[in-house]
Amino acid sequence: MTVLRQFARNRGALIGLAILLAVVAVAMVGPWWFPQSPWRMAGRPFLAPGANERFLLGTDALGRDVAAGLVHGARVSLGIGLVSTAAALLIGVPLGALAGYAGGIVDDLAMRFTELFQTIPSFALAIVLVAILQPSIGSIVLAIALVSWPPVTRLVRGEVLSLRSRDYVLAARTLGQSTTRIVFGVVLPNTVAPIIVMASLMVASAILLESALSFLGLGDPNLMTWGYMIGAGRTRLIDAWWISFFPGLAIFLTVLALNLVGEGLSDALNPRLARER
Amino acid sequence: MSRSWIRLLSAATLLAAVPLPALAQAPKSGGALQVVVTPEPPMLMQGLNQNGPTNMIAGNIYESLLRYDEKLQPMPSLAKSWEISPDQTVYTFRLQEGVTWHDGKPFTADDVVFTLDKFLREVHPRWRPIVNGQVKAIEKVDDLTVRVSLKQPFGPFLLSQEVASAPIVPKHVYEGTDYRANPANNTPVGTGPMKFGEWRKGSFVKLVRNESYWDKGRPYLDEMYFQFIPDAAARATAYETGRVDVLTGGAVEIFDVARLAKLPNTCVTTKGWEMFAPHAWVSVNLKNGILGNKQFRKAMMHAIDREFGRDVVWSGYGRIPTGPISSKTKFYSNDGVPTYSYDPKKAKELVAASGYKGEVIRFLGLPYGETWSRWAEAIKQNFEEVGIKMEIVSTDVPGWTQRTSNFDFDLTFNFLYQLGDPATGVARSYVSSNIVKGNPFGNVGQYSNPEVDRLFAEAAVAPAEKRQELYTRVQQILADDLPVLWLLELDFPTVHRCNVKDLVSTAVGINDSAKNVWKQ
Repeated sequence: MTVLRQFARNRGALIGLAILLAVVAVAMVGPWWFPQSPWRMAGRPFLAPGANERFLLGTDALGRDVAAGLVHGARVSLGIGLVSTAAALLIGVPLGALAGYAGGIVDDLAMRFTELFQTIPSFALAIVLVAILQPSIGSIVLAIALVSWPPVTRLVRGEVLSLRSRDYVLAARTLGQSTTRIVFGVVLPNTVAPIIVMASLMVASAILLESALSFLGLGDPNLMTWGYMIGAGRTRLIDAWWISFFPGLAIFLTVLALNLVGEGLSDALNPRLARER
Repeated sequence: MSRSWIRLLSAATLLAAVPLPALAQAPKSGGALQVVVTPEPPMLMQGLNQNGPTNMIAGNIYESLLRYDEKLQPMPSLAKSWEISPDQTVYTFRLQEGVTWHDGKPFTADDVVFTLDKFLREVHPRWRPIVNGQVKAIEKVDDLTVRVSLKQPFGPFLLSQEVASAPIVPKHVYEGTDYRANPANNTPVGTGPMKFGEWRKGSFVKLVRNESYWDKGRPYLDEMYFQFIPDAAARATAYETGRVDVLTGGAVEIFDVARLAKLPNTCVTTKGWEMFAPHAWVSVNLKNGILGNKQFRKAMMHAIDREFGRDVVWSGYGRIPTGPISSKTKFYSNDGVPTYSYDPKKAKELVAASGYKGEVIRFLGLPYGETWSRWAEAIKQNFEEVGIKMEIVSTDVPGWTQRTSNFDFDLTFNFLYQLGDPATGVARSYVSSNIVKGNPFGNVGQYSNPEVDRLFAEAAVAPAEKRQELYTRVQQILADDLPVLWLLELDFPTVHRCNVKDLVSTAVGINDSAKNVWKQ
């Protein structure tokens, strides 16, 4: 419980959590709130926010409700963030654990392979992947996962390296436990804290990455996302600022919230820092 | 061609010889014109390349025998006058006197014969089918007279002498050389009012006044700069900040035109596209399942809100077409042609009657900027409301070209130039002989109707007075069959400063020479 208390003492983290919960709530109840498709051309194009009580946040170039787009976009953005992060963890954690625990040539090979991915600018790689595979939700999740796993691998490897020579690991080994059991049952549970912290930040960067891809027109053309909304409204920024402003604000707040929560978790989960406070 | 027709032609010739600006205001000489062209052309040798940007620049360097007014009536250019034999098979062109090439050599009938008979026959995709299929002989009568004899009457012939379709090139530079590898292609030599000055790659092309131009007093401009600015928003900004005077059609997104039009000293014109008359539609792959069903195509046509497309997506520019032939093109008719109003209820009934089972239809997006993306989204929504499931597939330009030319699509946007005459610009999209892979502008939907094939073939070579009847019939049949879903006769408005006068004076607008343009 000290972790929770520690987290609760951090005001920034609490604000972040509140925003995040609000976004999640919007994403959950969104379809009941706006049952119509966000693509529906519901009103006159370019209605300013408040000009018509039906469209609180205004309408876009085709008369689509910006608020409906925001709400439906929240589901897509959060969904893509979570799924691609999970996928990145699925690649990164086992590889890092293998490299760290096995050491030697396996470690070398795994690290060189990881560095290969790290030397390519991740956004450029994501663009290339999506362009080759054709923009769709599957290819976008894959691209984001493929560019965000290397830091996970390095983190897990480092943790495992420092944990593998601990006494309790040695004890497990002398007891004759199988390597798989030691890695997954003894070593990895002790790396969960830093992984959680990193994962929360990865969700944030995945949302940013997806938005950036959609902004460039590489999003799934059949999905309403925040990045798409900004991209589509960008050229009308001068005369219809609200089309890109609100989704931009949504991305900003969500990413900020995730970062605050991540930092709060990092502080709370790190016992040394906690004692220093 | 009847006598009165010929008399009308010569009347038009006379009219065109009177400089129109003289009626309003005396043109003033001097000054430089800054024009935005996009994208940067691959070359300026117009005989070898007819991309839009190439034409806009090289149309000032090269000239052809004729120019055309906005009703597509021929006007003199390098040909001072012309006669057509009563059986409509022999065209005799009398050339202007005192014309010289930009390198100082005199221009004669030899150049015209060389260009039409040798050079363009080998390299020009639009001239080649005409000269090989319709022309019997191209001969020099004397130094200033050229005679072209046709195998049979061919109506579109008189429209084929526009500058991008048949630019006259210098014989003394090209004869006996490898045309495509000739170093002179980098420093084009024409007879036009402007001469090639400088090409700073990635930045601009500069043309300078041809001091010895044959049409005395013209051109009025000293210099023309064609600026290359890669981003549409940056092009709009360049106009707003005063860096450029003219935004050619398509240089900025259509919605920006409405915004720029409100700026002081700004004029917008949709003229100058009468020859090309870009016609936009949804290509339908008739070989893919339900799309082969005529009722289903009619359902789609009634489902699409074409007025919304024009008013919202295209900012009110353009006209809703009635069929395959643009209202600007010759032989347009809506006589007895079925029409399709926006009618979701009727569309639903037709969908139900067609036996559609909810299969997803893929719509290949056209990667030509935002307007087209928004349009696809609007159509998807229109379809959803009548129960047609559509999924947009996005791609890049090479991807679109490859998939469309290999018939690998269900639906996609396409827009084609009509080139003034249905025989050249319209037939190609519907005749079964043009179901050929490798060309995205052919009959990619694989529509095949022997009756339509016959009518198009007959109409191309029929005497002038007979053609209308045949084309009216074609329009009736096609509008009922719906091989494609016609959406809009596109307008590509040209934005320019109002003190740039007489910018657009022919049917090809900015693609023609700027010999009449002057700055107040």
